[in-house]
Amino acid sequence: MLSNKRLVLAHFLLAFVLFGVALLLGAWQMYIRSPLHPWLSNPELYYRSLTAHGTVMGYAFPTLIAMGFGYAISQLALKQPLVGPRWAWASFFLVAGGAVVAMIPVSLGWASVLYTFYPPLIANPLFYIGVVLLVVGSWIWVALMSINLRVWKRANPGVPVPLAMFANVAGSYLWGWTAIGAALEVLLQILPVALGFKHTIDAGLSRVFFSWTLHAIVYFWLMPTYIAYYTIVPRAIGGKLYSDTMARISFILFLVVAMPIGIHHVFADPEVGAGFKFIHSAFTALVALPTLLTVFTICASVEIAGRLRGGKGIFGWLKVLPWQNPIMLAVAFSFVMLGFGGAGGLINMSYQLDTTIHNTQWITGHFHLIFGGAIVIMYFAIAYDLWPHLTGRALTDLRLMRAQLWLWFIGMIVTTFPWHWVGILGMPRRMAFFDYTSPELQPEAISVIVSAFGGFILVISGFMFLAVLARGMMTPRTQAGEYRFSVAVHPPVRVPVALNSHGLWVGLMIALTLTNYAFPIFDLAVRKDTSVPAVYVGAR
Amino acid sequence: MASEPLFSRRNPWFVISVSLTAALVLLVAALGMILLPYAQKDIKFAGIWDAICSAAGVPTARSASAPIEPGFKTSDVVLTSGMLSHPPAESIGRGATIALQCAICHGPSGVSQAQSPNLAGQYASVVFKQLQDFKSGARVNAVMTPFAVKLSDQDMKDVAAYYAYLPRLPGYHPASDQPQPRIVINGAPLRGIAPCGSCHGRIDNKTGSPWLEGQSAVYIRTQLEMFARGDRRNDISQQMRNVARAMTPEEIQQAADYYASQSPTGIHTTMR
Repeated sequence: MLSNKRLVLAHFLLAFVLFGVALLLGAWQMYIRSPLHPWLSNPELYYRSLTAHGTVMGYAFPTLIAMGFGYAISQLALKQPLVGPRWAWASFFLVAGGAVVAMIPVSLGWASVLYTFYPPLIANPLFYIGVVLLVVGSWIWVALMSINLRVWKRANPGVPVPLAMFANVAGSYLWGWTAIGAALEVLLQILPVALGFKHTIDAGLSRVFFSWTLHAIVYFWLMPTYIAYYTIVPRAIGGKLYSDTMARISFILFLVVAMPIGIHHVFADPEVGAGFKFIHSAFTALVALPTLLTVFTICASVEIAGRLRGGKGIFGWLKVLPWQNPIMLAVAFSFVMLGFGGAGGLINMSYQLDTTIHNTQWITGHFHLIFGGAIVIMYFAIAYDLWPHLTGRALTDLRLMRAQLWLWFIGMIVTTFPWHWVGILGMPRRMAFFDYTSPELQPEAISVIVSAFGGFILVISGFMFLAVLARGMMTPRTQAGEYRFSVAVHPPVRVPVALNSHGLWVGLMIALTLTNYAFPIFDLAVRKDTSVPAVYVGAR
Repeated sequence: MASEPLFSRRNPWFVISVSLTAALVLLVAALGMILLPYAQKDIKFAGIWDAICSAAGVPTARSASAPIEPGFKTSDVVLTSGMLSHPPAESIGRGATIALQCAICHGPSGVSQAQSPNLAGQYASVVFKQLQDFKSGARVNAVMTPFAVKLSDQDMKDVAAYYAYLPRLPGYHPASDQPQPRIVINGAPLRGIAPCGSCHGRIDNKTGSPWLEGQSAVYIRTQLEMFARGDRRNDISQQMRNVARAMTPEEIQQAADYYASQSPTGIHTTMR
């Protein structure tokens, strides 16, 4: 039923090629600021690399994965040809073109502002234009997902929407709405300055706009992973999904509460009132709910698989799980990293505890563990699972796949645990070099070295992953058979309209955005005394 | 299922989810906007509205007394990038005439023989800002102040445009191949000192920061020492004072000697 294989494959291939390049940059950065290398004489090179690494890993890579996976889900779950394939290709080229346009000024050193923009730093306008093209391209995908679902619903009145598509569209709506924050920042605040129409910028307002995007984007990155947990894992390990309803509730909860929480990223900024910081902190706590629901449901689903395989007793089912299956391994690693990363996240979302680790390497460790670890390892699993259906060739090298997943898990732990530790010791992030000869920093040196080796392990694993896919292109053609998503223990026969459509939850998402963001934005927008001179990077 | 209304009071999902969300917003807002402000014992509020405004981030003056002004003049020049970048030819011409009075110290071609800064090819924003600060009293110099007080805004823009227009002269730099001192290329991260080149060229140029190559070592050292002592205070947000205070006398000398030995023709400025 996958009639647009090339489309999906194009998204995945571009995503993984970009990922490979950005991974190398990341490892270089870890090496260059570790005690293994003398200080860079030009720290600008470090920030250039950091900007490229962040822009690719934060915007291009996960967006392409979500889009490619979304197109696959739309065809496979709805069992209908993709509506609007030309639009889909147009959006792919917009995203790819946007990535290229953004990377040209970055590689020339004209845009070393990091992927989070950091106004009043201002880069070459091409950088922002590239990012805007990328986002506009992805909005076409959002529209296509919605249209495909609508076409299917019209043809299948009263039938429950397949879970994978329900979740996929929820993720696309979340992205559609959350990307507006950064879009407003770029279009209203940054681009007029970058293009030379203005020379001052309201940095505080820009940061509030960016926080609108910055936290919910994490849940957009997370969506393919969660979809894989619910709709691939139980089937791949020979089990059943414990609860279809629980899955739907998790996804709609993400839609509602992932959005109004971003101000916890600006806890240390004076321009936002403490009351709003508290409100966002409280809502951030709520976002743990859908994750806990997911952990419960997936553990239950895995237990079902274990019991079906004859596992007995309290823990006996764990032993009989198909551990030689890469998907089983991936989900286990993903959960361990999600657990540690989530625990660290509780520190970050708390207004008081955050002050101890604010702007330290702890934060870098945290989001690498969650995104690079828990999320990306499932991107690997998705690719392994879908590849035979995309290429018509089997992935036979299970040993290499297992070794790759093990190395990614080990590498990510070895990278991020010392990062968290030096963060607690107070090591700041976004620094090109550190004076490890100073008695104050000397205790951190060994942790930083260990962490750099973790980065090297990740590079090895990343390239093993690319090797698995490349070798998969060379095996003889086979029939992959029909693609199946997980089946629930009780497959949905009748679903309440609220869990079969997104309108109510999109409405609540927008309402909460208004309650939690309207005043801080309005307050800064109407004040006249909040602008500061722009600081142009790589130009005078 | 298709006939069920979604947005209806008969739909329990709608009623419960909307009520729960609304209740949650009200509860959290009451906690964050009213209860928590009052829980801070060191802040006194005039009333509940005052507490809410405070928590919402509305700026209020907490003290009735006037803000304490510093006992010296601070710079009030606002520089934005590119503000003096394309002067008309007449401006350069007028500047050349006005600059005749500068030549005795800064040299007839903008290259000083007198331990004063070389101005040939210096950024217009730099010359303009310093002249403004001399005039306002934010920067004080027995020689420069009397010249600057006579200049109008347009005069200063003209002079700045003229000097920016002049070619940088290489001069004589026998020691320009000496290694860069660490304080120049790396700064001192633990003391909060950025590499000089992150504002003064080489790595990046920040608006208002001069290029330093080929300037007199005595001049650079004296200025750093004045920044460190607080005798010169026209740097915005104390950027140079914070750096200079944290530098050792040896580092000041190294930086001054290094920049004096460099040729201004090779300045790396990334132009867009």
